[in-house]
Amino acid sequence: MAVLSRGFRRARPERDDGRLPPGQYDAGDDFPVLSAGPTPHTALERWDLSIDDATGGLARWSWEEFRALPHERITVDIHCVTTWSKFDTRWEGVALDTLLEHVEADSPYVLASCDGGYTTNVPLEDLVDGRAWVVDTYDGEPLAPEHGGPARLLVPHLYFWKSAKWLRRLSLLEQDEPGFWETFGYHNYGDPWREQRYSDD
Amino acid sequence: MARAAIQRRLIWRTAEVLENRAETPRVHRLVLDVPDWPGHLPGQHVVARLTAEDGYTAQRSYSLASPPDVPQLHLAVERLDGGEVSPYLTDELRRGDQLELRGPIGGYFVWSAAADRADGEQRPVQLVAGGSGVAPFLAMVDHHQRQGSPTALRLLYSTRTAADVIGRDVLGEETTVALTREHPPGWPGVTGRIDRDVLAHYAFPPAERPRVFVCGSTPFVEFVAATLIDLGHDPSAIRLERYGNSEELK
Repeated sequence: MAVLSRGFRRARPERDDGRLPPGQYDAGDDFPVLSAGPTPHTALERWDLSIDDATGGLARWSWEEFRALPHERITVDIHCVTTWSKFDTRWEGVALDTLLEHVEADSPYVLASCDGGYTTNVPLEDLVDGRAWVVDTYDGEPLAPEHGGPARLLVPHLYFWKSAKWLRRLSLLEQDEPGFWETFGYHNYGDPWREQRYSDD
Repeated sequence: MARAAIQRRLIWRTAEVLENRAETPRVHRLVLDVPDWPGHLPGQHVVARLTAEDGYTAQRSYSLASPPDVPQLHLAVERLDGGEVSPYLTDELRRGDQLELRGPIGGYFVWSAAADRADGEQRPVQLVAGGSGVAPFLAMVDHHQRQGSPTALRLLYSTRTAADVIGRDVLGEETTVALTREHPPGWPGVTGRIDRDVLAHYAFPPAERPRVFVCGSTPFVEFVAATLIDLGHDPSAIRLERYGNSEELK
């Protein structure tokens, strides 16, 4: 039985279109920034994106090669575990399906690794079939460093910490390996519609 | 980044409000009694949940401003005009009211005397706060004092005016306060913003390899982190926490 908060009332109008997951609120035009460490500034000449597995490197793209891959425009809602949601965010990037065409991918798990040391884990099946991208453009502009530029993962159907900023490597794994926040008590999967914020939610 | 497995089921607990007092013109201190609190590390936060009569709920994160050495939990809540949760916490909540809490949460932005002893390195600890971002550092400074920790610790704390200083009962010699909106005659700290010169002068130098914790608004945190790196600090030794992300934004 929840504890009622005497005199507390909803201060914002309720969305009735079913797009706000439980426990979230609409951040409107704000785009809050969260990161555990300083924003890295990797020069584009030194940037690359790679896919590997236990056998070694499977694919690698320089910045120019990545930019030359077919890009898609994506408009999606995003949901941060700290309870803000943002609607109709506009991104451009390369579908994971496109990247994975270049490799034999049948390992069930993926660990994303980033500049600055951040990692996060996502099942492979959540990254395919048009559900995940590596994005380099936000709202028509190059993705700003504090929002994960040059390029970040975008997995909008999971809480936004899974959409790793400053992405550099995707490792295909036979065994699931928890990433950074997942080892600090956050949920291993992170479905906002099931409110999977912390372990065991 | 360091790994630490802190896996504990986070249940909703019912806190009782022991005290709700205005500490500064904008910040209230909530003193809470939480039966069966499992303990926490300085720097961790909790999620507070409010439930309206129609079942609507809102939850926000707040750093714990009290150390694990005392039984009550303290939150320093800044009243954000037009916010949904913080004005309720500061203006409506009274002694004897109940408040639902979940925690402790977060295992990265933490410092404890025990972890330092286990680590054996005795690296100094540099804390840099903007505004109500000082809350987790009040827990760290208080814990440091109560434990008699030999670790060298300093806090550089930016706030608007002397009246806005939170935690006057805890802060002491280790703290330098930078006032951004007034210049009282004889102020013992800094007046003006925390800039490159202030960081170079008041923070432990990079050669001493301090562990650095920065908490404040996003622009503050981004500026301080980038400037410290520019001054030669190791990016991997800098840990960040931002307020205003999980609280109200409008």
